[in-house]
Amino acid sequence: MHNKTIAEISRDLAAGEYSSTEITTDLLARVKDLDKGLNSFITVTEEQALAQAKAADERRAAGNATPWTGVPMAHKDIFCTKGVLTTCGSKMLSNFEAPYDATVVENFNNAGAVSLGKTNMDEFAMGSSNETSYFGPVKNPWDTDRVPGGSSGGSAAAVAARLVPGATATDTGGSIRQPAALCGITGLKPTYGRVSRWGMIAFASSLDQAGTMTRTVEDSAMMMNVMASFDKKDSTCVERDVPDYTSTLNDSIEGMTIGLPTEYFRDDISAEMQQQVRNAIAEYEKMGAKVKEISLPNTHLSVPTYYVVAPAECSANLSRMDGVRFGYRCEDPKDIEDLYCRSRGEGFGNEVKRRIMVGAYALSAGFYDAYYKKAQQVRRLIKNDFVEAFKDVDVIMSPTSPTPAFKFGEKTDDPVAMYLEDIFTIATNLAGLPGMSVPCGQVNNLPVGLQLIGNYFDEARILNAGHKFQQATDWHLKAPQGIE
Amino acid sequence: MEWEVVIGLEIHAQLATKSKIFSGASTAYGAEANTQACAVDLGLPGVLPVFNEEALRMAVKFGLAIDAEIGLKSVFDRKNYFYPDSPKGYQTTQLHHPIVGMGHIDIELDDGETRRINVTRAHLEEDAGKSVHEGFSGMSGIDLNRAGTPLIEIVSEPELRTAKEAAAYFKKMHSIVTYLGVCDGDLSQGSMRCDCNVSLRPKGQEEFGTRTEIKNVNSFRNVERAINAEIERQMDILEDGGVILQETRLYDADKNETRAMRSKEVENDYRYFPCPDLLPVIIDQDYVDAVKETLPELPDAKKARFENDHGLSATDAAVLAANRDLADFFETAAKIAGDYKLTANWVQGDVSAALNRLEVGINELNITAEQLGRILQLIKDNTLNNGGAKEVFNALVEGKGDDVDGLVDSLGLKQVSDTGAIEEIVAQVLVDNPKLVEGYLATPEEKRGKAMGPFIGLTRKAAKGVNPQVVMEVLKKKLEEL
Repeated sequence: MHNKTIAEISRDLAAGEYSSTEITTDLLARVKDLDKGLNSFITVTEEQALAQAKAADERRAAGNATPWTGVPMAHKDIFCTKGVLTTCGSKMLSNFEAPYDATVVENFNNAGAVSLGKTNMDEFAMGSSNETSYFGPVKNPWDTDRVPGGSSGGSAAAVAARLVPGATATDTGGSIRQPAALCGITGLKPTYGRVSRWGMIAFASSLDQAGTMTRTVEDSAMMMNVMASFDKKDSTCVERDVPDYTSTLNDSIEGMTIGLPTEYFRDDISAEMQQQVRNAIAEYEKMGAKVKEISLPNTHLSVPTYYVVAPAECSANLSRMDGVRFGYRCEDPKDIEDLYCRSRGEGFGNEVKRRIMVGAYALSAGFYDAYYKKAQQVRRLIKNDFVEAFKDVDVIMSPTSPTPAFKFGEKTDDPVAMYLEDIFTIATNLAGLPGMSVPCGQVNNLPVGLQLIGNYFDEARILNAGHKFQQATDWHLKAPQGIE
Repeated sequence: MEWEVVIGLEIHAQLATKSKIFSGASTAYGAEANTQACAVDLGLPGVLPVFNEEALRMAVKFGLAIDAEIGLKSVFDRKNYFYPDSPKGYQTTQLHHPIVGMGHIDIELDDGETRRINVTRAHLEEDAGKSVHEGFSGMSGIDLNRAGTPLIEIVSEPELRTAKEAAAYFKKMHSIVTYLGVCDGDLSQGSMRCDCNVSLRPKGQEEFGTRTEIKNVNSFRNVERAINAEIERQMDILEDGGVILQETRLYDADKNETRAMRSKEVENDYRYFPCPDLLPVIIDQDYVDAVKETLPELPDAKKARFENDHGLSATDAAVLAANRDLADFFETAAKIAGDYKLTANWVQGDVSAALNRLEVGINELNITAEQLGRILQLIKDNTLNNGGAKEVFNALVEGKGDDVDGLVDSLGLKQVSDTGAIEEIVAQVLVDNPKLVEGYLATPEEKRGKAMGPFIGLTRKAAKGVNPQVVMEVLKKKLEEL
């Protein structure tokens, strides 16, 4: 049963093949069995999941089920869930129970989905390997000596290991697409403003966006149908109709123009990696798509720009974790100064502290113009690159990450090498565009991801392109050894 | 050496919105601690601010009232600092693009002159919560009810030259915001607070001296006293050849002195940057024009009208125009009475005295403008004399009735001016008091004026409301006839 996709489970539940309680019980047992080795969950909400499943079965019996009623899934532990721990992968929030649900969580609850729990992640979504989590690293189901990517490594690993057919995730600089690529699954980061950020613990507010982790593009479209909504509680959420993303999946892509940015096919990316992506492009050409070389000339500025903007915003966003009202508080503080210093010193991990310091520095008097202001100006240039490119092409394609999954500890002592993991994904966040990663091949038995970048609010088109690829290939069906 | 004082004020005025600037929680004052703080006000992880448009409307209204440029694009920034009553670790405010730009107000000085004071800017921001240091042995309590209450911070140019001017400026701002209804102006509840920047420089010198900032002064009187205390302190130091440290100080009203706050709190680098959770606030001229339509007559215009149209003195007009409720009360009463001067005297006399005695505002007084107008109308048509009018006024204030004409009747205050009727009453008084009459007749001619007193009293006692003027004349005539 665990190999079923969301679409299949939805159909089976509707046909009465099995009940939500049955599949929920089955998957919970699987989590218990396999997750000890993977560590993809921080909290498993067994009791609550079974209650939701029971309610879903009753709702179906009453005749008002949605396509999501009774379908099991999981939430990244960055989304606030009422009455359940929401840790954000940090010691700082290791005791934090939110008194409210994130809009994304509420949307899935309203649709009748069943949440099995909260997935592991890099601390406060800062990391590309899931090694910064206070709750221990997540292992890549393809090779447990390797990282699953980050920050949404728990969601990616749980979906790749068939513990859940889908999970929510967030992406600030590649945190959905890179782990999706490294775990051989499908990950979509929508346009900034498409999905509400209410209740999603902020890392970098102008870059954060919630999205999907699934095995198929079709499932991603089904998740988007529930997640995307206008929300008055998020001022940056855009008021715009939500299409039925599943309705255009099978549209023809004949004549679609694919842009290949020369800057994303660099010499330092291994020939094998590049070949996998080239093969995928060839597949598209077979389906009638046209390919065009394009240039995104400011690409080389995206990582440095990101590492000014994101830390600056996080330095303020994380100030509320001060040990005063919630979360971790140090023992026996001498005075308020001591309470702040030790609660934050003991509650945050090194990567989080590093970024807070970088951000505070970039914003400090005398440096603001040289760093933060300059970064915002460069950000506009990066965005303009894409705006220009999309005048000529429908979708931009590239590798998702420069390498397949790497080994634990390989990059932990070299933050810059770690930051370069997101070199192909970061510009999309700076521009606010939607991006998706689909599995497109393997190198040394490790999955490789193809990134599809769409124009603003053009999620339907990249889902369409991704789905067509999955109709023509079977990379998305491959499972890690021992998982089948 | 002769010194010139330079003063600039930063006034924080709480906007009178029902809900907070970035959340739906109530702004009502005085609720149990932390009962009016929602997840947003508590700064819980994951929450987001949504800007309250009513706060925008009020800020624009204020800007128009001080003839300021309105920021058609204003931007919220985060001001970063750690403090227990600042739940997010930053305050959301407006640094580079405030909603209100350069404007000005006129203040009246004691010599009757007016001075124009320029207002640099006014920006929207959120208030902090409160730390409570009593009752938590060894710890502090935090009350976040006030956190997120909308404020406008009104920054003056450093153009004030005396503590008196500063107090007059604060008073005028108070008058304007309460006229507009954008702030309730309640100083005792902290609805308006004032930071005073004070520096001294040798007379004639262009360059400013080093300034200090006195934080959170919350009464007109204390603004004047605090600034004077600070001027004195700075002058002593400068005269002794010392230097002024740029620092934040607090005013101790009991000791009438200012004290330095911990210097740590002064050295903050606030690391401002635009708040990524809020979009820039964009408004157009149509919006501004629509708000302009809702502006009430402002104190200066009202004062001018009282002077020019109704012949009030400058002082009377200023006092009556300063408070909108009082001005409305005055005008309603004056229209009914048909006499602005008489009404002005009453409002500044008996009405003000009652307000002070009872420590209430004009709208809480047990007498309406219509009732006062009716009383004054009755004075004008000679139905009431002044004493009778006061008696009716007091009866109303004390809650002994609410019908003016009814009270005049029941208290027997209707003034009798009919000479025939009064002659009868006087004749009766003389008949009833033969001993007094004997005494009077025995009084030497030159002392008879004084000896007439008892007869007046008795006549008025016998018939309340007799016109005293007429009584005097009749008595004189009758006694002379004896």
